[in-house]
Amino acid sequence: MKPASFDYLRPETLDEALAALGELGGDARVLAGGQSLMPMLNMRLVQPQLLVDIGRLAGLAEVRLVDGRLMVGAAVTQAQLATRPTLAAEAPLLAAALPWVGHYQTRNRGTICGSIAHADPSAELPLCLLALGGDVVLRSASGRRIVSGDDFLLGVLSTDRRDDELVEAVRFPLRQGGAGIAFREVAQRHGDFAIVACAAIVRPAHIRLAIGGVAGRPMVREWPSDLGDDSLDDALNAFAWELGAVDDLHASARYRRELVRRMGRRTIEEARQCRG
Amino acid sequence: MPEEGPYVGRPIERLEDAALLTGRGRYADDLPVRPDTLHAAILRSPHPHADILAIDTSAALKLPGVAAVITREEVTKLSSRFVVGVKQALDCWALAVDRVRYVGEPIAVVLAEDRYVAEDALERIAVEYRPLAAVVDPRAAASAESPRLFPAVGSNVVSERTFVYGEPDGQFAAAERTVALTVDYPRNSCTPIEGYVVVADYNPADGVYDVLANFQGPFSLHPVMARALNVPGNRLRLRTPPDSGGSFGVKQGVFPYVVLMAVASRVAGRPVKWVEDRLEHLVGSVSATNRVIRIEAAVAADGVVKAMRWDQMEDCGAYLRAPEPATLYRMHGNLTGAYAIRHLAVKNRVVVTNKLPTGLNRGFGGPQVYFALERLMQRIAVELRLDPLEVIRRNLVPHHAFPHRAPAGALLDSGDYQTAVARAVEEGGLDALRKKREALRAEGRCYGIGFAAIVEPSVSNMGYITTVMTPGERRKAGPKNGAHATATVAIDPLGGVTVHAASTPQGQGHRTVLSQVVADVFGLKPEEIRVNLELDTQKDAWSIASGNYSSRFAPAVAGTAYLAAQRLRERLARIAAQQLNVRPEDIEFADGKIFARGNPDNAASFSRIAGTSHWAPGTLPSGMAPALRDTVFWTPPQLEAPSEADEINSSAAYGFIFDFCGVEIDRDTGTIRIDKYVTMHDAGRILNPRLVDGQIRGGFAQGVGAALYEKLAYGDDGAFLSGTFADYLVPTACEVPDPVILHMETPSPFTPLGAKGVGEGNNMSTPVCLANAVADALGVAEIALPLTKSRVAALIQGEERAPAPRARGLQR
Repeated sequence: MKPASFDYLRPETLDEALAALGELGGDARVLAGGQSLMPMLNMRLVQPQLLVDIGRLAGLAEVRLVDGRLMVGAAVTQAQLATRPTLAAEAPLLAAALPWVGHYQTRNRGTICGSIAHADPSAELPLCLLALGGDVVLRSASGRRIVSGDDFLLGVLSTDRRDDELVEAVRFPLRQGGAGIAFREVAQRHGDFAIVACAAIVRPAHIRLAIGGVAGRPMVREWPSDLGDDSLDDALNAFAWELGAVDDLHASARYRRELVRRMGRRTIEEARQCRG
Repeated sequence: MPEEGPYVGRPIERLEDAALLTGRGRYADDLPVRPDTLHAAILRSPHPHADILAIDTSAALKLPGVAAVITREEVTKLSSRFVVGVKQALDCWALAVDRVRYVGEPIAVVLAEDRYVAEDALERIAVEYRPLAAVVDPRAAASAESPRLFPAVGSNVVSERTFVYGEPDGQFAAAERTVALTVDYPRNSCTPIEGYVVVADYNPADGVYDVLANFQGPFSLHPVMARALNVPGNRLRLRTPPDSGGSFGVKQGVFPYVVLMAVASRVAGRPVKWVEDRLEHLVGSVSATNRVIRIEAAVAADGVVKAMRWDQMEDCGAYLRAPEPATLYRMHGNLTGAYAIRHLAVKNRVVVTNKLPTGLNRGFGGPQVYFALERLMQRIAVELRLDPLEVIRRNLVPHHAFPHRAPAGALLDSGDYQTAVARAVEEGGLDALRKKREALRAEGRCYGIGFAAIVEPSVSNMGYITTVMTPGERRKAGPKNGAHATATVAIDPLGGVTVHAASTPQGQGHRTVLSQVVADVFGLKPEEIRVNLELDTQKDAWSIASGNYSSRFAPAVAGTAYLAAQRLRERLARIAAQQLNVRPEDIEFADGKIFARGNPDNAASFSRIAGTSHWAPGTLPSGMAPALRDTVFWTPPQLEAPSEADEINSSAAYGFIFDFCGVEIDRDTGTIRIDKYVTMHDAGRILNPRLVDGQIRGGFAQGVGAALYEKLAYGDDGAFLSGTFADYLVPTACEVPDPVILHMETPSPFTPLGAKGVGEGNNMSTPVCLANAVADALGVAEIALPLTKSRVAALIQGEERAPAPRARGLQR
């Protein structure tokens, strides 16, 4: 459980980091909190030539409000965002979901952008990104581009990020008046990757439900908010089947579908209540 | 049994912790090694079953920093097959020779300047395999059509024995009712935080292998290792480190790696160090056995069990590594549990499959046996419409019957099971829990109560494993029995007392308890006693029974230290009697002084009297041996070899545990919430209640793990699926509630201090107690562990809703 040898770069400037990524592309890996990358290195699942450690790039460790969005820089840890005093007002879904991300100790290291860039289908933060309709700011030596979360997350551990790009920040829309949110998750133990995670946002016109842990990436559905109970159950049942659940070591496909139906329902009801 | 002293029985704090908590622990990996030591990495099989056609190490050897690569060639030249506990020729070497039989089996060892380079070199070894069909399920492995692991043996069933005690057939023929159950106990492991560590150094000048390993015993494996290395026992010097990062039995499984690294150091001509990492540990250390059990009871209408039949199929994985099939026979004498059942029939089969070989794991055979037995008791209650607690009570061994000889030979030493149950029901609040169940069920919630009553055996009889042989085979092999514990107490010239014992502690606090025991004998304080429990087979007293297993420390080792200290005390009393002009029987020891009873002013300091044998041996009473150092070996005479009728008193002492619990289940998610857990222990005399409660909490946590989370999973094709702690789920503080711990003390008449073992009980009782509660909540008979949320939901949730052709909500 020792990594293959690699070079290590801790750049002083963002340009230096981007230059290294531009030069080595897929042979370089960005190291932020390392909560996924370090085990993958130690298990030799990845064997990069170069690690680019962005942890000391001061400008990336900031959370800012920009144009009605919460902009979270690449080096911002999960703990840093979770303890932001205004988070519950700005983005209550993130406030509800962050305690489910790993453990207290791992949140001190793990970053928001790192989790989204890693794109584990069970992870909570990509789920929140999609539920909220957020986007991802990608930066390379040749410039900056902004991609919606929906276009960014392609599948299991797969994103729209090019090899020369760095996830510079992610942007979450701020809470809109009249919206109720809820987050629920079932994992085998607290802190494990979700078997199924649900995020619900109920607005005056529609219900938005995002489900993680079932398909290759989190998936979102929207329904009119005046949908009756039976229709909602029908809709959840259809969603449950559409996600294409499969059996794995921890849970059966059927169990995952059942959670989509049952926990999805509970999550929506909770979001409705918190709205009222 | 000694009278109560000032320290034994008190919850004094652990002497070990000051060093451990300030980073001064000395674990195997911390200890210095020679500067020329090489670091080993092991190439392991990706295949569950395959012939090895060729191994090419040339590219690995060319990598700078690589000193040697060890394969089957060196291992077969410099070592022998391991001896095996059954008659069949099960070819088992320190690494794979012709064939690999499980994923993770060692194939080659790279020795390099550091571990990084060694792991780089592993990727350059080319192995040509011819994959073979694998078999994972023991029932399939036992069938005639199954692929064979050992073609020369002819069957994967490598041992089969049947036993009859009393007249079970007659009882079953006449029975009012019979109740039967088949259970499939899964594979799990106790996963200590520290992996295996071996530092091996072969000295060609005197032909000695000098090995430091975090081995925990049983030292019956020392002759197994020495024979595999083709040396007499005195040419394998085995040393253990001062501190351990836990074992729970698992460190026993380091022994094949001791042999492997010993061979490697001989080939390299340099010391070799290997530290097992977490990935290696899960795939390649040792696991508990999985077992298929069909159990059947002949029952009277009132729930009294007249006879039992056991049919056990034990899955030991790919090889039968010593001391297997001990897991199957450890509980043999007490297969009737805590119950006064007189007639018993047993069929035991041992099967090999393409999985990790099995070995010691806390509970060792108990979780498997009690899962079947206590599930059966619950089923008897359900099928006869009786109260499950009443069924337990009606069958318990009555308190006047001790010592009670169970039909298969266990001599249950002491106890009062009825009182223990009554006290637990009262003090644990069973009535309130039943009312709660009723109230919650009335609200439509899903709530159940489970029970388990078990005996917890301790101090294994070294002869129990020979029950796997027929009486005729045993006659040829010669009798095996007993369980020698040893302890040494020494006095230095300033009167300082030092204790050594061959107990190889794995974190339990043996030093603390031994200091309490010896302090009381000499009237000293525990902190004045030095206890050193490192073991060196070339310098220290030990026997094949030495080591840390079968919960033998408190009943056997601590008792033996007491006996050794007592011998020195008797001599010190004679010396003091002469100096104080009183009779030796009138001498007392307290507060660092030795004095005349009734006249405390007629006294000398302990250190003065204790130093006498060093400073002035000429003044000792004539004919008296000096009071310098005493080593005692103790084995309980009750541990006899198996009888001609296969009766075996498999352990020296038998504690009693009665657990009950309440669980609530979420119907939507299948989540089990342990609402309340009560565990009553009678482990004889308690030497340190703080440490006893620690043992109970740890065993309980592992019991919760086995019940709800843990399974070493293999695919049908033999692929290993639980390779990391993201797959093999160990409960954390979030998942383990605080149990209500209750105690009773019925001293053992057979151990020097009246203590019984307490280290493994909840590993045995908790999984089945929780399973019984879930069975009660759901009203189902088939309960399989671990009770994952997905599996529990499947027990609750009926037919699944079909995919609708088109749901309205999506037609926007």
